[in-house]
Amino acid sequence: MGMDLSTLRTLISRYCVGEENWVDSRTIYIGHKEPPPGTEAFIQQRFPDNRIVSSKYTFWNFIPKNMFEQFRRVANFYFLIIFLVQLIIDTPTSPITSGLPLIFVITVTAIKQGYEDWLRHKADNAVNQCPVQVVEHGKVICKQSHKLRVGDVVLVKEDESFPCDLILLSSSRDDGTCYVTTASLDGESSHKTYYAVQDTKAYTTEKEVDSIHGTIECEQPQPDLYKFVGRINIYMDNEPVARPLGSENLLLRGATLKNTEYIYAAVIYTGMETKMALNYQSKSQKRSAVEKSMNAYLVVYLCILISKALINTLLKYVWQADPNRDEPWYNQRTEAERQRHIVIRAFTDFLAFMVLFNYIIPVSMYVTVEMQKFLGSYFIMWDDEMMDEELGERAMVNTSDLNEELGQVEYVFTDKTGTLTENNMEFIECCVDGHVYVPNVICNGQVMPGAAGMDMIDTSPGPEAKEREELFFRALCLCHTVQVKEEETVDGIKHGIHQGKSSSLYISSSPDEVALVEGMKRLGFTYLRLKDSHMEILNREDEIEKFELLEVLTFDSVRRRMSVIVRSGSGEFYLFCKGADSSIFPRCVAGKVDQVRSRVEHNAVEGLRTLCVAYKPLIPEQYQELCHLLNGAKLALQDRDKRLAEAYDLIEKDLILLGATAVEDRLQEKAADTIESLHKAGMKVWVLTGDKMETASATCYASKLFHRNTQILELTTKRTEEQSLHDVLFDLSRTILRQHGGMTRDSFSGLSGDCTDYGLIIDGATLSAVLRPSQEDSNSGNYKEIFLEICRNCSAVLCCRMAPLQKAQIVKLIKASKENPITLAIGDGANDVSMILEAHVGIGIMGKEGRQATRNSDYAIPKFKHLKKLLLVHGHYYYIRISELVQYFFYKNVCFIFPQFLYQFFCGFSQQPLYDTAYLTLYNISFTSLPILLYSLMEQHINMEILKKDPSLYRLVFLAWYD
Amino acid sequence: MMASSYNAKEEDGHHSGAASHGGPAVAKSKKPDNTAFKQQRLLAWQPILTAGTVLPAFFVIGIFFLPIGIGLFVTSNNIKEFEIDYTGVDLDSPCYSCAKNFSWNSTTPCVCTVDFTLEQPFESNVYMYYGLSNFYQNHRRYVKSRDDSQLYGDLSSLKEPSKECEPYRKRDGLPIAPCGAIANSLFNDTLDLYHIESNGTVNVIPLVNRGIAWWTDKHVKFRNPGGNNNNLTVAFQDTAKPVNWRKPVYELDPTDLENNGFVNEDFIVWMRTAALPTFRKLYRIIHKKSSTTPTLPSGRYVLNITYNYPVLSFDGRKRMILSTISWMGGKNPFLGIAYITVGSICFLLGVVLLIIHHKYDNRNNSADIPS
Repeated sequence: MGMDLSTLRTLISRYCVGEENWVDSRTIYIGHKEPPPGTEAFIQQRFPDNRIVSSKYTFWNFIPKNMFEQFRRVANFYFLIIFLVQLIIDTPTSPITSGLPLIFVITVTAIKQGYEDWLRHKADNAVNQCPVQVVEHGKVICKQSHKLRVGDVVLVKEDESFPCDLILLSSSRDDGTCYVTTASLDGESSHKTYYAVQDTKAYTTEKEVDSIHGTIECEQPQPDLYKFVGRINIYMDNEPVARPLGSENLLLRGATLKNTEYIYAAVIYTGMETKMALNYQSKSQKRSAVEKSMNAYLVVYLCILISKALINTLLKYVWQADPNRDEPWYNQRTEAERQRHIVIRAFTDFLAFMVLFNYIIPVSMYVTVEMQKFLGSYFIMWDDEMMDEELGERAMVNTSDLNEELGQVEYVFTDKTGTLTENNMEFIECCVDGHVYVPNVICNGQVMPGAAGMDMIDTSPGPEAKEREELFFRALCLCHTVQVKEEETVDGIKHGIHQGKSSSLYISSSPDEVALVEGMKRLGFTYLRLKDSHMEILNREDEIEKFELLEVLTFDSVRRRMSVIVRSGSGEFYLFCKGADSSIFPRCVAGKVDQVRSRVEHNAVEGLRTLCVAYKPLIPEQYQELCHLLNGAKLALQDRDKRLAEAYDLIEKDLILLGATAVEDRLQEKAADTIESLHKAGMKVWVLTGDKMETASATCYASKLFHRNTQILELTTKRTEEQSLHDVLFDLSRTILRQHGGMTRDSFSGLSGDCTDYGLIIDGATLSAVLRPSQEDSNSGNYKEIFLEICRNCSAVLCCRMAPLQKAQIVKLIKASKENPITLAIGDGANDVSMILEAHVGIGIMGKEGRQATRNSDYAIPKFKHLKKLLLVHGHYYYIRISELVQYFFYKNVCFIFPQFLYQFFCGFSQQPLYDTAYLTLYNISFTSLPILLYSLMEQHINMEILKKDPSLYRLVFLAWYD
Repeated sequence: MMASSYNAKEEDGHHSGAASHGGPAVAKSKKPDNTAFKQQRLLAWQPILTAGTVLPAFFVIGIFFLPIGIGLFVTSNNIKEFEIDYTGVDLDSPCYSCAKNFSWNSTTPCVCTVDFTLEQPFESNVYMYYGLSNFYQNHRRYVKSRDDSQLYGDLSSLKEPSKECEPYRKRDGLPIAPCGAIANSLFNDTLDLYHIESNGTVNVIPLVNRGIAWWTDKHVKFRNPGGNNNNLTVAFQDTAKPVNWRKPVYELDPTDLENNGFVNEDFIVWMRTAALPTFRKLYRIIHKKSSTTPTLPSGRYVLNITYNYPVLSFDGRKRMILSTISWMGGKNPFLGIAYITVGSICFLLGVVLLIIHHKYDNRNNSADIPS
């Protein structure tokens, strides 16, 4: 389906846009050198220059474009129409009365947007004009950044950031690698290694680089930062050598070169086609529920307005039926008026009444509301209680439009790792073939078997076991993507070990890996560095072992495992694989699976994160075969990911289980207290995690999501294997309904009390079964409904084994249920982004897994515990404030206009205004909007401390006064 | 321990402007600045309504409002007012024939007399009003039918009045001065008042027609064309009198030459349009003669009306009103009644709530509201 659509789109754009040279890939001549004749003739495409344009307007189109955008707003357009009507027909009030407020509102908005755009222009210019060094004819010359063209070869020095998307050709390092930090792109401050292609890495001076003769073929730009496929053809003696290019060769605009003196790289994507620019496309605007109801109000008021005008027009003609009333001797019409047709006269009268009563629609409401939200958001950012001293971070407001939404949340969806927990991993133990090793009881680098009470299978490992044990440790030392911080030398690391202090030398995007490598260090095996594709390990005897790193089968959340293929010093090939138990056990053919499994389950119940490690020795022929397979997949330009996944699947099988590790992730400070408060405030808290059920439920108990007396309902694969999904669902709903049948509907708001709480645990597989659209029998169509019914009656729900997209699906499901509850999603990692974007309010935790969640969120807070104040205090306040603001606006305008309506009965329905022009003009824009703005920023109807102490006040607003 | 492996976010200084889309930017200052304003801890008063605060409030309002209301009501009641309708709708009313036989073209004025008796003497200055009913001076077409710059004495507007004055703008090619429907319908009945003493002698009551218009109107908004030039006939040359007027604007007050043209006070009073279709306008003032005798002693009076103004065609009424005034203006019992009503309701509520509070409040006093 997706394929069809994309081809269709291609076709459409080819024929409609008239782009003749549209192709799925682009070809770039490095240094603008034509490929040697005889090679495939490429169609040369035209590429944009490297100008970044983030501004919306230019000097010339500002006024028309801005006006157009502003008048797309219904309210503004309405006032424009009223203003035009006033200009055209003879109306009771002068055009100034509606023109002036309109012009005021438009001007204020235009100035604000103009200023913002001016800032963007300034920033654009600064970026576009910053100097870039380009290699031309064997010399390095300086160019302005926006003059870069696709195919140029640029020189980037240390600590400079890349001016556009580049393919690394060579670096000052011998191995052709360079280190890059993408902190400003996705917030990951770790240094990532990028590689030059084998064939070009030797060209390290400008003269040499200029002599490179080659072309790059790659896909058209797409926004995914981590995906790139391409191919480089190097012509040596007119013989093209093709090499695959992947995201490890692609340097992204916005990233910064670190720890590398200089690099040469070829420009492939420029300007607005860089991945960074493609990523800045504004995400869809979320609209708050208050704004929606505001629009509903507006429609109601428009109806009131029209009916008022209609009634008055009708009454006017009834009243005028008597000619002595219509035209008494003292008040005659002009001849022209008498001639006018009755229909035209009636219509003009109707319009005049509309104009007379139009002030019932508050012209300045939008501006005032926007101002209130914008200024109000500063109180959130200023709040000292939501600041984390350790990180030095304050709460961040990315969208101030949703302040009041924070006060109406009914469902909270939270991630577990990094949100409820610290994501501060600590290696706790490992288990090799059932032997448990705890680093805390190591004496002088000797591994001591675990403390008493652990179920040991064999207390005195024989030589064979010892070999397995060391293999396990080596596996953990090798199977990872951790980097060693460069500033420290190898000696430094050695030094650090001898000093016995744990140093912070390892950097990785996954804290688990760091914990594991550090844990290994404490068990005697130290990973030193990766040098010239050789991983160096310092073993217990202080000898350096070298392993050649041949392939890395990187981690992804679908496979939930990663592997490396290494060649040991003695020339043996090994495949080491590490991953979640569910993805490792089915692939193991040997090893003490049962013992390890029991240990893993034991650890999971304790709330520890477990990983399993397996290996497979490879004979060289096998390796060659795998290598061929992998390269084939890597070289593919289309469906590379799919082919890679297939290749990985083939490689990672028939493993021998080595053991398992356990890493602890501590609960965040006050997480339990926060969850409890949210519960008391009547919110339903759902935990959505990719972790396994046992670990997740242990965390849930620890964070008081489940209580001792919570009755747990399970909807897991284990149960659905025994019974059909159908039966399980009906069973559960019966259990719940029995409970609720006895009591009245309204009493279930009390969460604590005599009645049992229900907690539901569901896993990803079952969830997708529940949500799967029905085909075979009509009953299954109701699964969704039954599931929702069960969920609604559970105070807490835990969803484990969830893929990122499933998280968003759950949020969507609840969002679309018939009560239309307001949902909030909170998370810290890239896997939570989809759910953060889906929920009404998305909150990012400034965690360790990069900044993606923070960037995509509406609000970002340093710690989970800050959610309490954000919702219970700020959300509550802003909900009250904005409600009163909006209601006051409508109230004051009704108060203002109703006397005018009544007055028509006393002035012969002649549209005589009751108020003076100046008063009509200023009433809305200043007399009545400024006082309420101040009020709506400062109002605290209940003391902050009381709100925090008594979370049940959060719901009270709804029921008591506003609903 | 592991925490130290986390680097603080490195700012690389490469910021595209695109990064600052919408929404307030991140607060750059990481230092806490703990002002009461920023932390929303400004002094606040959160009133909590309890019996202890509400009951006294009711009593205080009651106790304050009742005397004020009574005072206002008494003041208003002390004002003497006499009103008489002289429209001539009924057969037996003196002005019946004048009203019936009215014609714009008649040259001889129709005069009628109305007798009435004042039961009580009127002390101090007495104000004489004429009142019209069912006269829509607030009709929009009527209200805007005037040219303020012409009335201000602007010469070009005198010759070329504003379009708003249609259809009372030009007459036989000459501009009408003053133009417009308001001016055209100037109230032109003449009212004279006589006192008949017990011995039968008839005394003319002196009616003063100066000081009846607003000062700002008389001195700021209305001016004769040609400034202080006394010869108004010249000033209003080449203008026509309004259609329904009997005299041109410069001959409105034959007794006082200063009171002619646009600054004629009767005219100015009329030009200030009334807000409702039933209204009264000040006609004359009867000044107090001496401290011993009342301005208008009780007894019989005769009102002499020169009947020029037709109202029957639109079912209108004409009245003559005599009234004294107090510090709060003319007779208006509403304000006093409103105060008395609100005051007594509050007082009664206070009493009722007090009884309820005492009878049924068996809770501990402190336990009702948290905090």
